[in-house]
Amino acid sequence: MYSEKVMDHFSNPRNMGEIENPSGMGTVGNAKCGDIMRMYLDIDENGIIRDCKFKTFGCGAAVATSSMATELVKGKSIQEALQVTNKAVMEALDGLPPVKVHCSLLAEEAIHAALWDYAEKNGIVIEGLQKPKNDISDEE
Amino acid sequence: MKRFVYMDNAATTKTRKEVLDEMLPYFETYYGNPSSVYEFAGKSKAAVDQARDTIAAALGAQSKEIYFTGGGSESDNWALKAIAEAKKEKGKHIITTKIEHHAILHTCAYLEKQGFEVTYLDVDQYGMIDLDELTGAIREDTILISVMFANNEIGTIEPIRQIGAIAKEHGIVFHTDAVQAFGQVPINVDEMHIDLLSASGHKLNGPKGIGFLYARESLKIGSFIHGGAQERNRRAGTHNVPGIVGLGAATRIAMETMEERRKQETKLRNHLIRRILEEVPHVRLNGHSSERLPNNANFCFRFIEGESLLIMLDMKGICASSGSACTSGSLDPSHVLLAIGLPHEIAHGSLRLTISHETTLEDVDYAVDCIKEIVVKLREMSPLYTDFLKENQNQ
Ligand SMILES: Cc1ncc(COP(=O)(O)O)c(C=O)c1O
Ligand code: FES
Repeated sequence: MYSEKVMDHFSNPRNMGEIENPSGMGTVGNAKCGDIMRMYLDIDENGIIRDCKFKTFGCGAAVATSSMATELVKGKSIQEALQVTNKAVMEALDGLPPVKVHCSLLAEEAIHAALWDYAEKNGIVIEGLQKPKNDISDEE
Repeated sequence: MKRFVYMDNAATTKTRKEVLDEMLPYFETYYGNPSSVYEFAGKSKAAVDQARDTIAAALGAQSKEIYFTGGGSESDNWALKAIAEAKKEKGKHIITTKIEHHAILHTCAYLEKQGFEVTYLDVDQYGMIDLDELTGAIREDTILISVMFANNEIGTIEPIRQIGAIAKEHGIVFHTDAVQAFGQVPINVDEMHIDLLSASGHKLNGPKGIGFLYARESLKIGSFIHGGAQERNRRAGTHNVPGIVGLGAATRIAMETMEERRKQETKLRNHLIRRILEEVPHVRLNGHSSERLPNNANFCFRFIEGESLLIMLDMKGICASSGSACTSGSLDPSHVLLAIGLPHEIAHGSLRLTISHETTLEDVDYAVDCIKEIVVKLREMSPLYTDFLKENQNQ
């Protein structure tokens, strides 16, 4: 059902865990199937994402997209991290089965939520970042 | 070699070697069409008759009350649609339950579109229907009660004898989907007042794509598949002779070994349940403590999701299933788990293990050891578990 890359990230998730006192943290869920994803960001004074970790309650695709998303944003600037869309994550994983596409939306949204949290904490505005939804199933 | 432990016998079973051996001659040697007149075809006809007799005897029925079908789904479709069609002048109300297999539920939805009204009975937290609720749901225009013998997910065995008595008292036709129960627990259609019963070969170590419908002789049911005169003009199509022979053989062996299997499987299953409940925290057993199929165990592990659990079990060579929304394709959690009152989030972490006569104590212990390890790993990944631990710390 899943590509080798998905299985690899599912079995050996990268950056799974928590960051103590993160610069930003975001939790988003999909009430439709009940899954929850949380992203932690550590952002340095130059606005570079030094570290990124995740925790996920969800299917194999949700775990794999979380893992891949953390790899894609690590070491990037905030603006670059905003470009990490669910499509980019899916492509990096060699695709997902059609019923699992929505799981990758969680990853994108969780990163945005964490960035939003960072912006609020620091009283800044991140250009191009919209207030994330807590529940992505509203979109569908 | 990687270990292989098959614990999904409610999904399908391995065809027994003895069953396969009995089937094989009907492919290459006695391949005649049982409807043909020459002597050669007589062998095939005799084999079909013999299988029919075996199945009828297993149910305390007459041979002419057994109709071979393409499996459980066809039998369920046929039973419901045929009674609806036959009785629509009398009334258009059907009673069933919220925990039926989709072969029943989707047929009911179809009948609702045709103008029938369906009452879906609730079940309690163990998956049992309430007999008073059933009696209360009966109306002047109720034509059919359809309640499954045993549930495929949580294994709960419904009070079939009492349901049959209520149906009989009110002069209502009673159908039971016995796909999970036939060959596992004793069934007698007269004692239990069953008018129609569905069963399927691949759930009792027989072949796939073959099943039967038992229909009481006094019922007038119409043909479902139109065509040739097979099955007393009620189910057209050249007989699936090897399949029928296999179903007959599987039934015979299932009846002969039922008591011994029940004892052995119940013992192993209870060991499995005991170990999981004792050794894994935050887990619940779904289903009934005593009124339960011998081979079924169903759990919910809090804070984790079922598909992830299944994939990790698969990596360990263990086949199981889950009612998690993520495994369903439709993204809805199992309707059975919702019907027993579980919130989505708990239903998410469900795991069904269904053993067989071939399952060993070592298999069960291996599975439990793997589950323990995987649950710890998945909880480490779960934000819900992180929050739960933090909340407990603060208290
Ligand atoms: C309770 C129940 N009814 C019906 C069916 C359908 O049977 P079949 O797969 O033979 O069509 C199944 C099996 O999946 C079942 O468990
Ligand atoms: S997280 Fe539920 S289907 Fe992927």
